[in-house]
Amino acid sequence: MKEQVIIKAENLSVGYGDYVLLHDADYEVNKGDVFIIMGGSGCGKSSMLRVLTGLLPPLKGSVDIDGVNIVTASAEKMQQIREKSGILYQSGALFSSMTLAENIMLPLQQYSDYSPQTMRELASLKLALVGLKGFDDFYPSEISGGMKKRAGLARALALDPDIVYFDEPSAGLDPVSSHNLDELILEINRSLGTTIVVVTHELSSIFTIGNNSIFLDAETKTILARGNPKELLKNPPNEKVYEFLTRGEKK
Amino acid sequence: MHSNQSNNPVEVLTDGTALKVLLQGDIVGYSSDDVLKKINNISSEIKKVVFVPDDLQNWDSSLILLVYNTVRIGKAKNVDVQINKLPKNLQELVNMAFAVDRKPEKGGKTMLSFLERIGRKIIGEFNIIGDVIGYIGEVFVGLLRFLSFRSIMRRVDFYAALEDCGPKALAIVSLISFLVGLILAFVGAVQLQTFGAQIYVASLVTIGMCRIMGAIMVGIIMAGRTGSAYAATIGTMQVNEELDALQTMGLSRVDFLVLPRLLAMILAMPILTMLADIMGMIGGAFIGVFLMNLPYQEYWKYAFNAFTLNNFLVGVFHGFCFGFIIALCGCYSGLTCGRNADSVGAATTRSVVNAIVLMIVVTGIITVICQEIGI
Ligand SMILES: Nc1ncnc2c1ncn2[C@@H]1O[C@H](COP(=O)(O)OP(=O)(O)OP(=O)(O)O)[C@@H](O)[C@H]1O
Ligand SMILES: [Mg+2]
Repeated sequence: MKEQVIIKAENLSVGYGDYVLLHDADYEVNKGDVFIIMGGSGCGKSSMLRVLTGLLPPLKGSVDIDGVNIVTASAEKMQQIREKSGILYQSGALFSSMTLAENIMLPLQQYSDYSPQTMRELASLKLALVGLKGFDDFYPSEISGGMKKRAGLARALALDPDIVYFDEPSAGLDPVSSHNLDELILEINRSLGTTIVVVTHELSSIFTIGNNSIFLDAETKTILARGNPKELLKNPPNEKVYEFLTRGEKK
Repeated sequence: MHSNQSNNPVEVLTDGTALKVLLQGDIVGYSSDDVLKKINNISSEIKKVVFVPDDLQNWDSSLILLVYNTVRIGKAKNVDVQINKLPKNLQELVNMAFAVDRKPEKGGKTMLSFLERIGRKIIGEFNIIGDVIGYIGEVFVGLLRFLSFRSIMRRVDFYAALEDCGPKALAIVSLISFLVGLILAFVGAVQLQTFGAQIYVASLVTIGMCRIMGAIMVGIIMAGRTGSAYAATIGTMQVNEELDALQTMGLSRVDFLVLPRLLAMILAMPILTMLADIMGMIGGAFIGVFLMNLPYQEYWKYAFNAFTLNNFLVGVFHGFCFGFIIALCGCYSGLTCGRNADSVGAATTRSVVNAIVLMIVVTGIITVICQEIGI
């Protein structure tokens, strides 16, 4: 069975104005992958994610999501792609003037025709899925950082997306919460078949959840390595990748 | 021990082809400018620099900096700098400072020519103008969507905004306009008294407050207390990536953030202006009746005679326009805010300054137009 490509980047250059972070990158993400974007601090991982989610136009090249080039897509097409993707931001990015349930109902109100009652129940369900049962009427300011992330994930999952993007999901979480979040990501990936794209430099996450990856390098501004992170650790293509995956051991 | 216990902890001595840097006692908070100057100006005979920690006791970053800079100068001048007599941990720290594997690269080129810089600046300004026009267009389309009931504005947001710029602003607006009426009357009275025409204080205050002062005072208060709050709230949302989330959810930032605030503001401002007019007149009466002993009924008779519907409506119209300006400036500053805490502060300042400047400009324009059409 041939795997289905869901994200395809071609000749992609990422940067800000004259400041190029990455030259002519090519990569593909298959449907159902847990795809890791890794690399040292400041190499442009978050910027890459911003390009994939349509927040930052690339300097050059194209990104196809589900066969649609998002760089040139019409507003309508873009809207359809957005309905099919969820994003978990580093801080959760919950709207502070709304309760958790309202936050999750927001995309539902925008894109679905459910009755208000159903929306509320769906919101409760998603909150329960991420382990926040009963927190419907809490405001974001009333919950902890880890809980905010989980609530953000619940919102990202509101519309049953095909792809979920994560920016450093484990940043600022204690080891247990971070492990639980990894489990949750895998759970979603397995049970819903959701494609997952994760920006992270947390080694334990990279090895437990990732089955495909790219390694960005700031110095050469290229993709230094790609593939399953466990394989990369076994046969590191070069020193830098090895050092990264072993927490700074020299070969 | 040290017979020549000089108060200088770092001494530079020439010893043949070597330069010795003697370190003694505490080197804490030491400014090494002079020493570095000496090392920088060494003659070409000198082949090496040796650090000699002669009874070195406490030291801090200032010594690391001295050693670091000396090593750097040494590298540039091809002079051997020996630091191996220094304490081990100090050597390690110095080596760490040199172990930068990659220079940060900022914006690509380093020096731009003068012309290029001017060019970029001008293009930057044009881009801002383009942005502002785009933003105003976006808000306009949002308003049309609202009028055709297709806006996704949340009603709770509107009520919250309205409460903030309505009921919660009443006290401060009342107080300030009362005081302005008072001041206006007081200043006017001193002048008018010399003609024996103090009763006209009533007319002065009425016309002044209704035509323009009421609206301007409310405008300045609201720009400071509410426009800035808009900028700060929306700017903070930018920092928290909430604006990104909105965009990626495909929700219009205008419908969601600007419209509730704009509508609340243009609804509240005319009403606040009317309140300011009345409070200003009461302030004037306070001076007139209690300080200048003008008869109470007489005062109000003159006050009402001076009151014209035209003046009143022009004032209220000012308020309406100011509402637009304050809300648009506040929201724009927030939406264009950078991604750190500093930029929220800058956005807040910008919102207030821009709003006040624009209000004055618009006042000028309205005044000229009124003059032309004879109101
Ligand atoms: N809006 C911007 N304008 C200009 N340069 C930017 C902007 N945002 C980020 N950069 C620069 O782009 C580079 C990469 O930033 P990015 O946030 O993508 O890195 P990252 O790989 O996510 O790093 P980290 O792991 O620390 O989060 C940084 O050097 C940063 O200075
Ligand atoms: Mg990042």
